[in-house]
Amino acid sequence: MKTLLKNCKIVNYDKTIDGNILIDGEIIASLSASADEKADKTIDCKGKYVVPGLIDMHVHFRDPGLDYKEDIISGSKAAAAGGVTAVCPMANTKPVNDNSTITKYMIEKGKDFGVCDIFPIGAMTKKMDGEELTEMGDMAEAGAIGFSDDGKPVCSAEVFRRAAEYASQFNSFVISHAEDKSLAGAGVINDCETATVTGLRGIPAESEEVMVARDILMSKLTGTHVHICHISTKGTLELIRWAKAKGLNVTCEVTPHHFKLDDTELLSYDTNFKMNPPLRGKEDVEAMIEGLKNGDIDCIVTDHAPHHIDEKNVEFDLAMFGITGLQTLLPLSLELVSKGVISMNDFVRLTSYNPAKLLKKADRGEIAEGKLADIVVVDTEKEYEFTLELNQSKSTNSPFIGKMLKGAALYTIKNGKVVFEFPA
Amino acid sequence: MSYKRKDLLGMIDLSSEEITYLLDTAQTFCEINERDVKKVPTLKGRTVINLFFEPSTRTRTSFEIAGKRLSADTVNFSASSSSTTKGETLIDTVKNMEYMHSDVFVVRHAYSGSVKFISENTDASVINAGDGLNEHPTQALLDLLTIRQHKGDIKGLEIAIIGDITHSRVARSDIWAMKKLGANVRLFGPPTMLPKYIEPFGCRKCATMEEAVEGADVVMMLRVQRERQGKLLLPSTREYAKFFGLTNQKLNLAKEDAIVMHPGPINRGVELMSNVADCSRSVILPQVSNGVAVRMAALYLLGLKKGGQSENTAEKL
Repeated sequence: MKTLLKNCKIVNYDKTIDGNILIDGEIIASLSASADEKADKTIDCKGKYVVPGLIDMHVHFRDPGLDYKEDIISGSKAAAAGGVTAVCPMANTKPVNDNSTITKYMIEKGKDFGVCDIFPIGAMTKKMDGEELTEMGDMAEAGAIGFSDDGKPVCSAEVFRRAAEYASQFNSFVISHAEDKSLAGAGVINDCETATVTGLRGIPAESEEVMVARDILMSKLTGTHVHICHISTKGTLELIRWAKAKGLNVTCEVTPHHFKLDDTELLSYDTNFKMNPPLRGKEDVEAMIEGLKNGDIDCIVTDHAPHHIDEKNVEFDLAMFGITGLQTLLPLSLELVSKGVISMNDFVRLTSYNPAKLLKKADRGEIAEGKLADIVVVDTEKEYEFTLELNQSKSTNSPFIGKMLKGAALYTIKNGKVVFEFPA
Repeated sequence: MSYKRKDLLGMIDLSSEEITYLLDTAQTFCEINERDVKKVPTLKGRTVINLFFEPSTRTRTSFEIAGKRLSADTVNFSASSSSTTKGETLIDTVKNMEYMHSDVFVVRHAYSGSVKFISENTDASVINAGDGLNEHPTQALLDLLTIRQHKGDIKGLEIAIIGDITHSRVARSDIWAMKKLGANVRLFGPPTMLPKYIEPFGCRKCATMEEAVEGADVVMMLRVQRERQGKLLLPSTREYAKFFGLTNQKLNLAKEDAIVMHPGPINRGVELMSNVADCSRSVILPQVSNGVAVRMAALYLLGLKKGGQSENTAEKL
């Protein structure tokens, strides 16, 4: 099966070229094919950008065990609709992904459906209890790509140290959900003026920063690559900058909601703005944008966290933390491009090239001959309402549902096959 | 002027005109409460449900008396704030009550914002009787009514609010309302009980008890919740009394005609010394009386609205 994408503006992390992409089977055969090349399927991409399939290093697919929120099928559909061709689901499933059986189940189910690659993050500790190490060797062999107790930070520095040391044996890395739970306390939003006004309890920025500092030092102690999850504060970024200047093996990620929205949204008590880490102040949002611009932040991830409406349509304190994000990743990130904050090449660097490098997946992250044909045709000018009909997730907990978005995946191509086409 | 809203959720939403109108209405009810026969037929046939998701006796009793004096049928419903205890969601509980054809809900709940959440999900009128740390608007109204009765105009008064500001819905409602009516408000309390981001209140933060009390027209002491002791906010009630409690000596720094207020129930010997609580400047018990009048005003203004009654029913009083 051959597919021809003609009249493409091909965007890679380092340059943009005009070309015609010929896909042969699952692989990119050529970027300089003739526009008349015979193919089974031809897509005219005139006026559109063509970028590598997005890689989202941080999602929650709730499968196994919590499939009333999402499963690997619905999650894969949401990914494809968002131009995402590979995801890393976190381990807080039910039961926890703390053994190779569950890791294999997740990968196989994703493969069978064939829309999006699943690279599971295994738990660092058994049941994510923060006490005993998981069988990381077995899990890595089965395909676990990294290790994290995301959502339940590892309190003990000793446990984190040993997990980081042990993971390195299998050429793997650890991901830190940096949060001091004792300092976050019963907080539900950022500790800020909005907390004073609404009477909602605050989570201080320092509850994140104190653990970021610790886990940077754990990277220094162990030499293991430590990736800091969903950073949200200006102070965190200063610590990351310090670590990188020291040459430590530390990277980080940010979600679109943390560079798009600030804590004043919480004046509405709308539970679709309740997430962890919480939306922070305007200064923090500006710092995130600056970090994306100057390269201190390595990648953009969604922290796609589907929850059932019954878990959100409750008292604010009782509502679950988190929002969905796979279908808003592209438009919210492209907004930075249209505002001139980052270039299209930066966009590609942050959403596919860097994640592929961090995950050591040499077969993707670039549109080049011989690479996997994971490709997205992007219409940066398309304006549309994010309707419930467009939403592919099982859950609807996004503050952007019903809002106008600009920029969409017109075609998502996975392993050479068109797996999503924007509805006409 | 009139009160056109479906609900009474918080002082932060109200204009100074609306607050004044509520106070004027409450003042007319004070007289009814002093009659031998303390009952008017205004809300006859209306059903008021006290939905209390957090234990309360005095506020609930005050609302119950207010409803009964207006001839409404008042019913008490108590439950836990934790939605999981009975497996029924908050909105399902409220909808059930609504479908018994209730006119007004008086709601207390342990979580901030939950009374607003209820009001958005019911056609009945909702009065906030305290939501988490957020607001307790009828408490602010009764405080203002009491101040007005003793001091005349609120504008320009120096009001000190002392105690646990962070965790006090009384403080929040008072601050919003007092600022709207033009008072100068100062705050004092242990740093563990003051919000880190205090600017939105627009109040002066005092460094000492003496600074807070000096020259004040009104000294409002907040209740120390004893369960907070040992939970890192204060080491002991004994020490609290020493540094943050109101003694006669400290009160002498206030204006000569200053009044002492407290939302109750008071902890004698902790935030308030007995001789201060019982002195002639204390208006703590008149606050309680005004509580009934204010709640009658709120029930009256919201209760009549239901069913499209014309507003001039008020004149038939």
